[in-house]
Amino acid sequence: MGNMKLTLKIWRQNGPNDKGRMETYPVNDVSEDMSFLEMLDVLNDQLIREGKDPVAFDHDCREGICGMCSLFINGEPHGPGRGITTCQLHMRKFKDGDTIFIEPWRSAAFPVIKDLSTNRSAFDRIQAAGGFVSVNTSGNLVDGNAVPIPKDDADKAFDAATCIGCGACVATCPNGSAMLFVAAKVSQFALLPQGRPEAKRRVLAMVDQMDKEGFGNCSNTGACEVECPKGISLEHIARMNREYLAASVTKE
Amino acid sequence: MARTALLGSSLTKKYWMALTGLFLCLFLVIHLAGNLQLLDASPEGRLKFNAYAKFMTTFPLIKVVSYLLYFSILFHAFDGILLAMQNRQARPTRYVKEKPSANRTWYSGQMALLGSLLLVFIVLHMKHFWYEMHWGGLPVDAEGNTDLFTVVAAAFQEPLYVVFYVVAMAVLAFHLLHGFQSAFQSLGLNHPRYTPIIKNVGVFFGVVVPILFALIPVWMFAFPG
Amino acid sequence: MSKLDSKIPPGPIDKKWTYHKGHMRIVAPANKRRIDVIVVGTGLAGASAAASLAEMGYNVKAFCFQDSARRAHSIAAQGGINAAKNYMNDGDSTYRLFYDTVKGGDYRAREANVYRLAEVSANIIDQCVAQGVPFARDYGGLLDNRSFGGVQVSRTFYARGQTGQQLLLGAYSALMRQVGKGTVKMYDRHEMLDVVIVDGKARGIIARNLITGEIERHGAHAVLLCTGGYGNVFFLSTNAMGSNVTAAWKAHKRGAFFGNPCYTQIHPTCIPVSGTHQSKLTLMSESLRNDGRIWVPAKLEDAKAIREGKKKGSDIPEADRDYYLERRYPAFGNLVPRDVASRAAKERCDAGFGVNKTGEAVYLDFSAAIERYGKLQANILKLENPSKEKIRELGEAVVSEKYGNLFDMYENIVGENPYKEPMKIYPAVHYTMGGLWVDYNLQTTVPGLFALGEANFSDHGANRLGASALMQGLADGYFVIPYTVGDYLADDIRTGPIDTKRPEFDAAEKEVTDRINHFINNKGTKPVDEFHRRLGKVMWDKCGMARNEQGLKEAIQEIRQIRAEFWKDVRVPGKANEFNQELEKAGRVADFLELGELMCMDALHRNESCGGHFREEYQEMEGPQQGEAKRDDANFAYVAAWEWLGEAGKAELHKEPLTFEEVKLTQRSYNKDRANCSVDPSVRRYTTR
Repeated sequence: MGNMKLTLKIWRQNGPNDKGRMETYPVNDVSEDMSFLEMLDVLNDQLIREGKDPVAFDHDCREGICGMCSLFINGEPHGPGRGITTCQLHMRKFKDGDTIFIEPWRSAAFPVIKDLSTNRSAFDRIQAAGGFVSVNTSGNLVDGNAVPIPKDDADKAFDAATCIGCGACVATCPNGSAMLFVAAKVSQFALLPQGRPEAKRRVLAMVDQMDKEGFGNCSNTGACEVECPKGISLEHIARMNREYLAASVTKE
Repeated sequence: MARTALLGSSLTKKYWMALTGLFLCLFLVIHLAGNLQLLDASPEGRLKFNAYAKFMTTFPLIKVVSYLLYFSILFHAFDGILLAMQNRQARPTRYVKEKPSANRTWYSGQMALLGSLLLVFIVLHMKHFWYEMHWGGLPVDAEGNTDLFTVVAAAFQEPLYVVFYVVAMAVLAFHLLHGFQSAFQSLGLNHPRYTPIIKNVGVFFGVVVPILFALIPVWMFAFPG
Repeated sequence: MSKLDSKIPPGPIDKKWTYHKGHMRIVAPANKRRIDVIVVGTGLAGASAAASLAEMGYNVKAFCFQDSARRAHSIAAQGGINAAKNYMNDGDSTYRLFYDTVKGGDYRAREANVYRLAEVSANIIDQCVAQGVPFARDYGGLLDNRSFGGVQVSRTFYARGQTGQQLLLGAYSALMRQVGKGTVKMYDRHEMLDVVIVDGKARGIIARNLITGEIERHGAHAVLLCTGGYGNVFFLSTNAMGSNVTAAWKAHKRGAFFGNPCYTQIHPTCIPVSGTHQSKLTLMSESLRNDGRIWVPAKLEDAKAIREGKKKGSDIPEADRDYYLERRYPAFGNLVPRDVASRAAKERCDAGFGVNKTGEAVYLDFSAAIERYGKLQANILKLENPSKEKIRELGEAVVSEKYGNLFDMYENIVGENPYKEPMKIYPAVHYTMGGLWVDYNLQTTVPGLFALGEANFSDHGANRLGASALMQGLADGYFVIPYTVGDYLADDIRTGPIDTKRPEFDAAEKEVTDRINHFINNKGTKPVDEFHRRLGKVMWDKCGMARNEQGLKEAIQEIRQIRAEFWKDVRVPGKANEFNQELEKAGRVADFLELGELMCMDALHRNESCGGHFREEYQEMEGPQQGEAKRDDANFAYVAAWEWLGEAGKAELHKEPLTFEEVKLTQRSYNKDRANCSVDPSVRRYTTR
C-alpha cells in the first residue's frame, strides 16, 4: 500500500459527560492517494482487528457537499487547504513522519457525542425558527417566471445558499460564533423577492434562536470566511447585521 | 422573540460596541488635535495649552460631551467584557492545537485583551493628568490657568512614563487596526465598492493616530524645551 | 392472474391523473389531526412528503440516520432537474418529456406513472421558486434552462453544479418550518430497523436511536419509505457512505415485493479507484465529454509501461493512441450514451489497455480541445503567428472557464494536473432504477406501506435519464403522495392511535434486538468492511456493467459463501446501547448480502439486455449494431417483482406486464438513427448529471 508513517493525536471521549483526552496512534502504510477519512478507515480497521474501540467520526457523502464530516485537523477545521471539506482533503498534503492533531468541533452548542462526533442539531433549530419561506405545497402557485429576479441577486443568493451547514465557521471562530451560518440563510432569503415578506420576522427569530443555543458573538475576525469550505463571504454577515438593525428599529 | 429590543441580543451588543467605538475614534481625533499643542514648548505655547485645557474642562457643551465620553468608555468596556465572557462560555473546552495564524490576524482575536490593557492605561492616564487637573491643587500659570503643561512636561521626563505611553499607543494601534473597520461591518455598512476604502482608512487611522500620540511623550522627553 | 394490481386509472393517458385525483377519497381536516404518518428518509422525496403532509394537517414523524435532515444524499446531485415548461419555445411538452422518459428507460417503465411525472414536473419548478430556491437566471431575471448531453430540448433547470443541494435545502426548509410548528416530529440519527405489520397493514416501525442505542417503537397509520437507492451493495459507488437498503429490505422481508432489482445505472465519468483503501467514488460531470476525447494506448506494451509508472499519457504519440469511442461509433464519438461509453471502457480495460495502477482507467484528454480553443482565442485577439505555448495558455484559460471547478476537484483527489496530463476516468455505480414495487398510488404490496423516490422502482424503467432523479423525488413527495395517501387513510379516521404495546411490535422489536445482540456477542475476527468489500467486488465483476449466465451463477454461490462467513466471523466492537458506527454498518451489510443475491437472481432470469442491464449473451452479434444490447420485448416486457419466501435466495417472481399504448416499442438502433440526423431525437440516455 502506501509508504507514509504518521503519528495521530486523536481526541477520545466516551460521551458528553466524559472528560476526554488526546491519545496517540501510529499508522503505517498510508498512501498519498488516500483521502483523510480513508486514512482514518485504515486506522479503524487496525483498531478493530486489535480488539480496540474504533474512533467515531461523522462522514457521509465523502464528496464535500453533505456537510457531515467535521474534523479539526492541526488547528484548522477541515485541515489545511482552502475550499475543501475534510473528506476532500488528501494525504498528499502531509509528509512521511508527520504528527497530526485531530479534534472534534469545540463549541458549547455542539456537544460531543463520542470521540470526534458532535451534535449539531442547534443548526436545525435555528433553521426551524425562521429559515424558510412560508409557502405550502400547492399545484397552483404562480409560474416560476412570474417574478423576474435580477441575475446578480439570484447569483448572490445562490452563493449564500451553498452553505453546507458543516459548522466549520463555529469551530474556527475564536468566539464560537455561528454568525456565518445564520447570515448565509438570512441573506439568501433577504436577496430574493420570495423571502422579503417575512424578512423581519425571519432575522429576528433566527438570531434569537442562535443566541439561545449558546453560540458566541461575532468579532469580525474573518476566520470563518477563510475556513468555510464553500467560501461564504463576510458580506452576508454585514447584510444580516443590516437586516436585523432595520428589523429591530422598525418592529412594532 | 422576547429579546429583540435594542438590548440583549448578541447583535445589539455588537451595535453598541460599534457605535461607542466609533465615537471614541472621533474623540481620539479631537484629543489628538488638542494635545499636539504640547509639541510647542515655548512660553506662549505653554500658556495656549493651559488655556485650552481650561476651556475643555469648563465649557458647558464640552462638559456634556465629556460625560457622554466617560459613559462610552465605560459602556464599551463593560459591553466588551460581557461579550468576551459569553465568548468564553461558548467554547468551554479549548482546542489542544489551534492555528489562528491560518485564518486571522493575531490582534483581531485579541480585542478583549487589547481593550483591557487600554482600560488600564486610561485609568492611569486619567489619574496622571485628568485627576490632577481637577483635584490635584496644581499651581497656576501667568494667565491664572492651571499649569497642566508643566505637569505633563515633568511627567515625560521619566523614561518609564514615556515607555509606558509608547507601549500603550502600540496597543491602541492594534485595537484600532481591527476595531475601526470592524465597527462598520457590525453596523452592516458593507459594500463591495466602499468596504475596501473603509478598510484602508481604518489602517491609516490605526497607524497614524497612535503614532502622533506616541510622538508627544517622546518629543517632550527629547526636547524638554 | 398476477397478484399485482397496478391500479392504473381509466381513461386516456393525459386524463388519468386528473380523473384519479377527482375520484380518490379524501380525509377531512378535522380527521387528519387524528392520523399519524411515518416518513423514513429526508431526501427530496422524504422531506417534501413530510412537509406537505404536515401542512395538510397530518401528524408526521420523520426519520433520518444522518445528524440532520439536510444531509440526505439527494444533496449530491449536480446537473439539474427536468421540467416540461417549454420556456425555451423549443417544442417541449408534457408528452415529449413523457416520451423521452419511457424511451430512455428502454421501455421497461409503466406509462401511466411516467406521464404523471411529466405532468407535475412544471409544478415542481413553481413550488421550488416560491420556496426561495436560487435557480440560475438570465439577465432578464427569468429562469435559465440548459440542454443535457444531446437531448433535443432545453428543459433542465439548474443551480450551478449544485442543483440537488439547492432543491434539497428547499425541501428541508419546508420540513423545518413544520418542525418549528410542531407538526413534524423530527428523529435524526435514528435508523429504521423494521416495519411492523398489524392485521396485514403497515402500522409502525422499529427504530434505533443511533446516539443511545435505544430501540424505539413508533406507531402510525401509514409508513412512507423514502430511503433512496441501494448502489452501495457494490461497496464502491457514488452514493454516500451511509446510503443503504435496510429500510426497503426490511419492508421486502415483511411482504413488499422488490421490483427489478438488477437495473443499475453505471456512470461513465468517475474518478477511478486508486487503491485498496478506496471508500467511495466521485462523479465528474458528464459534460466533460463534450470537449474531452477518450482514449487508451493502442499498444499493450505502452499500457503496461504506463501502469508501471514508466510512461505518462502525454508521452504516447498520437499515432499510438486508440480513440476507441470515435473508432467504434464514428457518428457520435465521445458523446455516445452512458451505458455504451461505460461498457466500451470496460472492454478496453479487460483487454489489458487500462492506464492506472489498478488497470481500470481510461484517458479523457483535453489537449485537442485546449489547442482548438487556443487557436480560436488567438484569432479573436488577432494574434499573428502565436507560439505553441501562447495557444496552449489561451486554450487552458477557456477550458478553465468552462470546467475549472471540476479540474480542481480532479487535481485535489488525484494529485495530477489535468491541464497537462490527460484525466483518468472509469465508470462507477451511481443510481439504482430498481426498488420496492409500487402501484400507481405509490403503495407497495403491503397496505399502508408506501415507497417514494429512488426507493421505488416506478418511473425510470431500465435506465434513468439525467436530471430525472430529482424530478421524480419531488414529484412523489410534493404532488403524488399527498393525494394518494389520503385515499388509503380515509379508512383510518376512526382507528385511533396505534398501540405500540401490541404483540406485533413485541415480536418485531425482539427480532431487531436479537440481531443486534448477535453482532455484539459474535466473537469474530474481521471488520464489517472486509465483507462489504468482498461482496462489492463480486457484484461489480459479475453483476455490474456486463453480466452473463455463468458469472451470475457463480456470483450467487460466492455471495452465499460470504454471507455465511459474515455471520460467523464478523467482529463488531463496542456495545449495543451506545453510539456504535460499526454496529450500524453491520446491519446494513447483512441486508446488502441478501439483496445482492436477489439482484443476481433477477439479472439471471432476465434473458435480454435492456437499459442498465446488459447480458453478454444478448447483444447484436453482427452488422453495424454489433456489440449493442438486444432487448426481448416479446418475453420480457414486464416488471419483475420478487416476493420474499422466508429466507435469502428464496424468492418468487411475479410479473406485471407492461403495455405500451402511447409509445411504440421500437428496436433500439441508435447508431443508425443518430447517423441520419446530427441531433437525434429518439436516442435514449445520453445525459449528464
